[in-house]
Order: sequence, then C-alpha cells, then structure tokens
Amino acid sequence: MSNDPTNPSKVDRDALVAGLRRVLPAEAVLDDPEALHPYECDGLSAYRQLPLAVALPIDVDEVAAVLAVCRDHGAPVVARGAGTSLSGGALPHADGIVLSLARLNRILDIDPVNLTARVQPGVRNLAISEAAQPHGLYYAPDPSSQIICSIGGNVAENAGGVHCLKYGLTVHNILALEVLTIDGERLTIGGPAPDAPGYDLLALMIGSEGMLGVVTEITVKLLPLPACARVLLGAFDSIPTAGEAVSSIIAAGITPGGLEMMDGPAIQAAEDFVHAGYPTDAAAILLCELDGTVEEVEAQIDQVRDLMEASGASEVRVAHDERERELFWSGRKNAFPAVGRISPDYYCMDGTIPRRHLARVLEGITALSEEYDLPVANVFHAGDGNLHPLILYDANKPGELERTEAFGGKILELCVEVGGTITGEHGVGVEKINQMCVQFNREEIDQFHAVKAALDPDRLLNPGKAIPSSARCSELGGMHVHGGQLPFPDIERF
Amino acid sequence: MIAETDRGDELAGAVIAAFADRRPLRPVGGDTKRTLGRAVEAEPLSLAGHAGIVEYEPTELVVTARAGTPLTELEAVLAERGQMLGFEPPHLGTGATLGGTVACGLSGPRRPYAGSARDFVLGVRLINGRGQSLRFGGQVIKNVAGYDLSRLMAGAQGTLGVLLEVSLRVLPRPGCEVTLLHELDAVQALEAVNRWAGQPLPISAACHDGERLRLRLSGTRAGVDAARATLGGEVDSQGEAWWADLRERRLPFFAGDDPCWRLAVAPASAQPDLPGSWLIDWGGAQRWLRSDAEPDVVRSAATAAGGHATRVDDPGDGSSPFQPLPDALLGVHRRLKASLDPNGILNPGRLYAEL
Repeated sequence: MSNDPTNPSKVDRDALVAGLRRVLPAEAVLDDPEALHPYECDGLSAYRQLPLAVALPIDVDEVAAVLAVCRDHGAPVVARGAGTSLSGGALPHADGIVLSLARLNRILDIDPVNLTARVQPGVRNLAISEAAQPHGLYYAPDPSSQIICSIGGNVAENAGGVHCLKYGLTVHNILALEVLTIDGERLTIGGPAPDAPGYDLLALMIGSEGMLGVVTEITVKLLPLPACARVLLGAFDSIPTAGEAVSSIIAAGITPGGLEMMDGPAIQAAEDFVHAGYPTDAAAILLCELDGTVEEVEAQIDQVRDLMEASGASEVRVAHDERERELFWSGRKNAFPAVGRISPDYYCMDGTIPRRHLARVLEGITALSEEYDLPVANVFHAGDGNLHPLILYDANKPGELERTEAFGGKILELCVEVGGTITGEHGVGVEKINQMCVQFNREEIDQFHAVKAALDPDRLLNPGKAIPSSARCSELGGMHVHGGQLPFPDIERF
Repeated sequence: MIAETDRGDELAGAVIAAFADRRPLRPVGGDTKRTLGRAVEAEPLSLAGHAGIVEYEPTELVVTARAGTPLTELEAVLAERGQMLGFEPPHLGTGATLGGTVACGLSGPRRPYAGSARDFVLGVRLINGRGQSLRFGGQVIKNVAGYDLSRLMAGAQGTLGVLLEVSLRVLPRPGCEVTLLHELDAVQALEAVNRWAGQPLPISAACHDGERLRLRLSGTRAGVDAARATLGGEVDSQGEAWWADLRERRLPFFAGDDPCWRLAVAPASAQPDLPGSWLIDWGGAQRWLRSDAEPDVVRSAATAAGGHATRVDDPGDGSSPFQPLPDALLGVHRRLKASLDPNGILNPGRLYAEL
C-alpha cells in the first residue's frame, strides 16, 4: 500500500528506534528486517508492508512511553493484537511502527458475582471463556478465529460471530475500557455500572479500528452458560426456500443461538474436508442452534423442525447428542479452510443485507461470478443477514488477484444497493476503503474525519485505514449510491 | 394512523440558519423529558409531525421510524406483529417520541437482561450542528462501517445532533411472562438476584421495593414454568401493571419531598451507607434513593460502588444532574461536541455546562 502522497515521510527512522530503545528493553524493540517480517501483514495477506520497527511493551506504562516517543517523532502507530484481521486493519504503515499488544496477555480478574472479566488486550477471545467456565460463565461473541484472536483486536473491529443474533456484537458485551490517547491521556470509559455519564464513548471506541486510541484494559460482560444447546440441520433444494425457512423461524418469535446457511459449493467443500455427513445434493443447508433452558429448547426443537418442513426442507435432522452436534457444526466451522483446500487462494467478503433481498443478492453474485470467471462459495450468518462469499482464485495467475478484488468490490456495492453494508464484522481496514465512498457521502466522510481529529489531531493512530480521504472518494468519482442507483454501473471502480 | 410526513429538509434548513446566526436550538419531541437534563435557554425546534414508520419488516427484526413518531404508536405497531422494543423504554408522560426516547437513552426494567436503548440502535439519520443531514449505521444487525456515531447519539440528549430517523433492532414478545414475589430484605434480595443472574434462568426483571423482591420471568411457557419451580415465591397477579408503574416512575416511592437519586452501580456491590429509602432495580445495578444526604456524599458512595449518581428531580439551582466527568474525559467530550456541533447550538449546556 502506498502512503498518502500529500504527507511525505518526515520520520527519522534511526532517531525513532533510538527513542523506543530508551523506553523499552532491547528485546522489546524489533527493527531488523528479518524480525519485522512476521508483522508485514495480518489475515489479509494480499497487502504487505514492513514497518520501521515493532514495539512489544509489557504493560500500560510502556505502551504510554511508546506512544509518547511516536508522538514526538510524528511516527504513525498501528496497534496489533493477534494479527487475524481480515480487512488489513493491522497492516503496517511504511513510516511508522507496529505496536504489538500481544505481551499484555493477562486475565486480571474474573468476578463471578458481578459477571465480569477484566483482561488485558492481548488475551485470546477463547481464553476468557475458558477462564470463566469453572464459574458456569462465558464470553458470548465468538468470531471464527476465537482460538487465536485477541480481545483487543475484537474491540478494535467490533468483532461478531455465530452468536451475534442472540447475544450481540462485541459492542454489546463490553462494560469498560482503559484507553490511552495519542496525547498521553489515560481515559477510563464505562465501568462495572451501567450507562456511564456523558457520551457513550464505548460505542465510539469499539469498532474504531485503532484510530482513536489504544485500548490497554478491557472489562467484558460474562453470561451464564446455557443449560442446554441443540442443533438442527435442514437441507433445501433452493436458496430462496432456505431463506423462507429463516424468515419463518424469526417470525415465530424464536431467536436461535446460531442460524447459519451454506450454499452448494460450500457444502461440498466442507463435506470433502471434515465428512460431517452433509447432504451434498442440497442447494443450501441451514444449521439452527437453539440454546436456553432444557424445557425451552425441547419445545423449540419441534417448532423449528415443523417450520423448516413447512418451508419445503427436503430433510431435517436433529443432533441427538453432543458428539453429533459438534459434527454438524464442524463443517460450518471449517468452511474457510475447506475452501482453502480446493483453491490455491480464497478471498472472504463480509457484506450484510436485509435478509429479504437474499435471493436477489445471491443471483447477483452468481452473475458476477460468471462475468469475472471466478467461482464462489457462500457461507452466511443467515439470522442477521451477514454474507461471507468466498471467492476462489489463484494469486499466482497474473491479474487474478486484481480481478478478485474488483469482483469483491462489486459484491459490496450490491449489498449497499439493497440497503445493506459493506462490512458486517470484519471492518473496513484497507480492504474496503473504496467502498466506504459508496456507503457514505462526502459530508458523512468529512464528519468521520472531524471525529478522528477530536481524538487524534495529527492522525498518528492507524492513519489511512477505515475512513477514506475525501480526495480519494472524489477521485473515485461520485460513487455514492443514491436510492439504489449507482451512477455509471458499468465502469470499473478499482 | 400517524401522519407520514418527512420534515427533514425543513428541519435541516432551520439548523443551517441557526448555525449561521450561532443561535441555540432545543430539539423537542413530546417534551416529556425536559427535566432530565439542565435547563436550556434556546429556541425550541419541534420534531412534531416529523413522524411515521419508514420501514418495518418483522422477519428482519428491524424497524425504522422518524424521530417524531409517538412511542405509543410505534409500540402498538410492533405489538400487532408480536414484537416489542427490548429496552422497555420509560415514556415519562403522554406524547413521548421515538427521538426523545433514544436521545435520552432511557431503558426500563428489562435493561440488564435484554440490553439498553443504545444496544438496540442500529442506525440513525441526523442533522449535525452545521445543518447537514447525515446517515450513520444502517438497518441491519451487523454493521461495522465507519465510526459508530449512531449509538453515540443514544443518551447524548440532542447535544450532538438532531435525530431525524432511528433504526432499531426489535425483539419478539415473550410467549409467557410471570411475576414472582419473594419476601426478602434488601441485602438478601441483592444476594439472591446476583446469584440467579449467574445461572441460565429466564429472568427479565428483578426489583426490590424496600420490602419485597419481584422477579419477572419471560420466555416460553415450558421455560417459565420450569424456572418458577426452581425459584419459588408467590405469583403476583398484578405484576404487569407493577412493572409499568416502576418503568414510568409512578410507584409510591417516587412521590415525596426528599431529593431523588438514581445510583448506577456494580450489580452485586454492597448497599451504600446512606440515609433514606431505597428501591433496587436492574438486579442491583440501578438503585433509586430518596435522601437528604449532601450531593457529594451520594456521588462518592456511588463511585465507591463502581458507578455514578444522577439527581432525578430538579435541584432548582442549575447544577448538572449528572456525575461530573474527570478532566481528561470532559476534554474528549468537548472536542467531540465541537466536531459535530462546532458553533455549540444544539442543546447547549443540557448535559454539562461545558458542552
């Protein structure tokens, strides 16, 4: 990625590294190209950039000291957790440092009575639930990378997961943050009590992609583990009938703990990989997990089975024990690596749509797939309308990555056209920065920049991510979609 | 049926003019929540008539309505389709509107179990202090494009923007609700509700009125019946009306002359040592207090319990009802306010004198 041409580098690399070495132990500052290499990209590996240095502070005081050095040198700071972002949120800046929060990895406190956990940002998502488990509690948001992704990164991206429909996104499950501003101020935002006075800065900070402050401590809400969780698998001959089944389940007043759809190519890839026993002749399958009290789940299992059958399911199976439940889920949970097996590369998209437009959008994706001559497998958080089309490509074939990105951009524009959004849970990062100009108009983009300036006037925190410059949107040429009408729909936009 | 009028352009025009003249405005819906903040000396900007449901698709669990839509109308439309606003908003008078409800960020008894007003916001259309009409968030449950300026509006009391439209996540109405009564004192009740909160039980409200604990269970008939057996207690046949009176602050507790405070605290924190009478809601996280204790004493006690205190009745001396903010946080608030309302014309001083 190139940097902003209007803002040429003024960072003195040697002085910056020397400054970092004054505040951190020698082993906590990396500047040897070999050592920097692992930090050159995150989960979106198509974008790579070496930073000037990597800082690995071990506590909040060291983080503050690193920020002070960067401020003095005018050096951009890209905070990084586990580096699992799928949108390039942790892509380094050529003139800046990567601030790794991986060593701030302690669970500070589990409070089983107030139902909270206080943790450092480098703690893994799943580690919180594991620590809470002896108390019969867990942390609900479960991005698919939860084994390795960090809670700090989850906060930066407002991460989602399968449980979102019932239990909310990260923003619904965080009670407090300790935040360092680039000016060196330490803010406590929120707290163990609800509804902190003043503005809801938790909402502002969560999902801000590391651009407004650096989070150094997080208090999350814990929930009681459900007494019971059971899953149904429904097979359908067409995607619209599977979509109808989803609508009928929601209309019946049932909020499943998870409600996932996979299309034919995704079913086939998953089945070949994990042998979950999926019906490979189905056009779509639905996985519906019901959780709650035993009595509640028992009643709803029958109801959902009836609703799926009434919607035209060719087959409905109920997992009878925990082993079978895990088997049903194994295909969905391994859908990405399963697709990775059948294609040299794949590109995971992340649009959200009002679910009633599902058939139209999937038809559009099929048409685009033919136009760009690239196959697609679809997995879909069906309950909340969050699509993950996986575009299959080969980065070694000249031009194929560019074609893939153009195809992906079209999918996101289609999502905006039907009233949806360019990103449901992966963030904008560098990946979808052009599509931001489709979703937001000039004045809205300017408002985002004004908010950024209120917290980071010199634009040192993760600059160039998430919010495009107004100039960039102007160059792309009036792409903002009005009333579903994209001007000049046949023009390439990359 | 409510009038379906979009006055967005006209309202934006009024803000543009006020921005040019640096003339303060006070956005008003039903004017039912005027006393929830400091008094604002400003020309009212009425959202009356800017009403109507823009989009409602029950199977998407999302409703979008204009800010001046009366809350009773919105709730009736949702009820027809077996749905509801999950945060059980207090109306605090007749004529409450959607915009005022979200701007004030008030939530009812269901809040600790279902979420707050802010938690249900998915997107807004607003007019910022420059008079620009902007959209943030959206009409889908998952959306992380751009900074979350839509949820930021909940509780900002119209100081960051004039809400024109709000998209909310809605919830299915539970098939069955039962209220149980337990004869417990406040200390026993706090211990019990916090213990139960850590168990998978379908509790949707828990309040101790000074004498007794009321628990509301919501869910399927089978789930509620099973929980009743676990929890014991007597069924309160007047439960539904009682929760409505609590939500609307109509219980006898809310009448009286002593200053009324709302302490938000960590739910399991010990009862603060303050004189007066208590009403404990939100499973312990919201404690109403009628007390003649000095404001500083009340606020310190709330801070010690992990939270903050809000003066609910009008103290009459112009002081902010809200807990003062630390300097660094107030600085962020001021810069944020300036970024959305550079001339400081939207409800100036309503939250804090400096904003």
